[in-house]
Amino acid sequence: MLEGLLIGLQTAFSVQNLLMVIGGCLIGTFIGMLPGLGPMSIIAIMIPVAISMGDPSAALILLAGVYYGAIFGGSTSSILLNAPGVAGTVASSFDGYPMAQQGKAGKALTIAAIASFAGGTIGAILLMVFAPALSSVALLFHSAEYFALMVVGLSAIAAFAGTGQVAKAMIMTVLGLIMATVGEGALFNLPRFTMGIMDLQSGFGFITLAMAMFALPEALFLVLKPKDLKGDDGEIKDLRITGAEARAIAPVIGRQSLQGFFIGVLPGAGATIASFLGYAVERNIAPKEEQEEFGKGSIKGLAAPETANNAACTGSFVPLLTLGIPGSGTTAILLGALIALNVTPGPRLMIDEPQIFWAVIMSMFIGNLVLLILNLPLIPYIAKVLAVPRNYLIPFILFFTLMGAYIGQNNATELLLLVGFGICATALKFADYPLAPLLIGFILGGMMEDNFARSMQLYDGIGFIWQRPMTLGLLVIAAILVVLPSYRARRAKYRAGGVAEGD
Amino acid sequence: MALDRWIALVLLGICLAYGYAAWFTMDGNLAPFMKRNPIWPSTFPKVLSILGIIACSIILLGFEKAEAKEADIDYRRLGDYHLGQALMLLALMVVYALCLRPMGFLVSTSTFLIIGAYILGERKWHIMLPVSLIATIVVWYLVQQVLGIYMRPLPGFLGG
Repeated sequence: MLEGLLIGLQTAFSVQNLLMVIGGCLIGTFIGMLPGLGPMSIIAIMIPVAISMGDPSAALILLAGVYYGAIFGGSTSSILLNAPGVAGTVASSFDGYPMAQQGKAGKALTIAAIASFAGGTIGAILLMVFAPALSSVALLFHSAEYFALMVVGLSAIAAFAGTGQVAKAMIMTVLGLIMATVGEGALFNLPRFTMGIMDLQSGFGFITLAMAMFALPEALFLVLKPKDLKGDDGEIKDLRITGAEARAIAPVIGRQSLQGFFIGVLPGAGATIASFLGYAVERNIAPKEEQEEFGKGSIKGLAAPETANNAACTGSFVPLLTLGIPGSGTTAILLGALIALNVTPGPRLMIDEPQIFWAVIMSMFIGNLVLLILNLPLIPYIAKVLAVPRNYLIPFILFFTLMGAYIGQNNATELLLLVGFGICATALKFADYPLAPLLIGFILGGMMEDNFARSMQLYDGIGFIWQRPMTLGLLVIAAILVVLPSYRARRAKYRAGGVAEGD
Repeated sequence: MALDRWIALVLLGICLAYGYAAWFTMDGNLAPFMKRNPIWPSTFPKVLSILGIIACSIILLGFEKAEAKEADIDYRRLGDYHLGQALMLLALMVVYALCLRPMGFLVSTSTFLIIGAYILGERKWHIMLPVSLIATIVVWYLVQQVLGIYMRPLPGFLGG
C-alpha cells in the first residue's frame, strides 16, 4: 500500500494534475451553486473536455474535482436560498436555511465547509483502507436486498417525520413513487400513465420536481409574507465556530463519515440516502432538548448531512474502482468516460494500472483541501447573496428555477409543469404536509422498481422475500419502523388519558 | 373539514384514478409473451395504489391527529398577505414559459426580470434595467458559450 501511495503522490503532484484538481473544484463549486445544475449534468458537460485530454488519470482527477465542488456548491445554495440543486444536499437545507434566516449564514457555511472537508477526507482514508475488502461486502447484496434496503430507507423517512405526521409522510412517499412510474418503465419499455401526452413519455424531470417542491413554494412564501432577511447589510458576522460548537459537532462528523461512507459503497444508495439517513439518525440519538432544535437551525442537523454526503460520494467510488459497477448516476457517467479513455475499471485496475487508482485517491485529499482553502475565505462573498434586495432576489430565484428546469430537459412544457407542481406544493405546505418524502420517493422509485422486477424474475414470483433471510429481515425492520411510532403515540395518549381521569 | 383532510380527499381521488388505470386498463393490451413474466408493468403500480389509498384513508378518517401548530402562513386568511403579487408572479412565469421559444431567450428573460421586479414594487428604473440586461446576457453567455446548450437568443423573425 505504501508503494501505491507513493505512486499516487507522484502522479497527483504533477503540475498539470494539481491544476486539474483546482480547476475542477472551482468549476464544480460555481456551477453547483446554481440551483438546478447537479453534479450529474456538470460532469456530463465536462466529459468532452476530459476525454480530449487523453490522459486517464488527469481526466478522472478533473471529473472527481468537479464532483466534489458541485456537492459543496449545492450545499451553499441549499443553505442560502433553500434551493438545493442536488438531491444529496436537500437534507442540508433542513437546518442550514433556518440558520441563514437567523442571520447565521456565515457560521452555517463554515460548518458546511468543515463538515464536507472532514467527511471527504475520512472517506478517502477509508476508501484507501477498505476498497479491496468492501468489494466483497457489496457483492453479498443482490437485487432483492437492494429492494428491501430502499423500502427500509423510505419507511425510515416516514417514521422519523415526527408525531402525527407519519401518515402524511407516507402519503407523500407513495405519491413520489407513483410519480416515478409515469413515463417509460424499465420493464418492456412500455409507456405508462402518460395519458397520451408525448412530453410525459420520458417521465417527470427530477430537477423540475425538486425546484417545484422546494424553491418555488419558498419564493412564494417570501412574496406572500415579506420577512426581514437578516444580515442584509451584507455583513456576515461570527464566521468562526466556538470551541463548544466544535466539540458538539465532532462526534457527529466522526459517526457520519463512517456511516455515510458505508452507505455510499452500496450501489444505488449514494449521497442522497446517506444524507437523509445521517440526518434522521443524528436527530434520533440526540438528547431530548437538542431534538427540538432540529429543523430550526441545529448545527448538528447541518453537520450530519454535509459530512454524510461527502463521505458517501467518496464511498461511491469503491464499487466503481474495484468492481467496475457504478453505484450512482454520477459514477455511471464516470464509468462511461473511463471506457472512452480505454481504461476498464474492475478488480484488475489496481494491478494493471495502479497509478490511476492511487492518483484518484490522492487527488481526493488534494481536492478536499483545495475546497476548504478556497471556500473558507470566500464565504463572506458567497453569503452576500443574502444582501441582494428582495425585489431583485425573488425574480432571480424564480428565473433560476425556470432555467434549471429548462436546461435539464430543453422543453418548454417542463416550465408549465414546474409552475403547476409549484402551486400544488404550496398548497401542501399550507396544510403542513412534508415535501421531502415526495422527492425521495420519486428519486428512489425507478431504482426500487427495477430491483423489485429483477428479483421477481430471478425467483419467478414473490418467493424471494422468504427465500432470502436478509431481505426478510430488512423488510421486517421497515414494517416495525412504520408501525412503532403510531403505536407509541397511541400508548402515550392512553396513558395520558388515564392520568387525566384519575385526577 | 381542515385543509389537510381536503387535500387527503383529493389525493385519494388521484390514487383511485391511478389504481383504476393500473388494475383495469393496463393488462389488456399486454403481448402474450409478456404475460408469462412473473412481473408485469402494472404490478408495482397496483401495490402503490393500495398503499396510497390506505395512507389517504388514515388521514381522511382522522385515525392520526396532528397537534395544531402555529403555521408560518395562515391559509384561512390568505387575503391578508400579498396574494395579488404572488398570483401575478405565477402568471408571469406561465407567460415566460410560453414565450421562451417564440420570443427568444434574451428578450423574454430581460422582460421577465423587469416585470417581476416591477410587480414586487421596484420603481428605480435606472438600476432595474441595467441589472436585468446584464444578468440576462451573462447567463445566456454562460449557458450557450461555456456549457454549449443551445438557446435561441432572439425572436424568430430576427433570425435568432
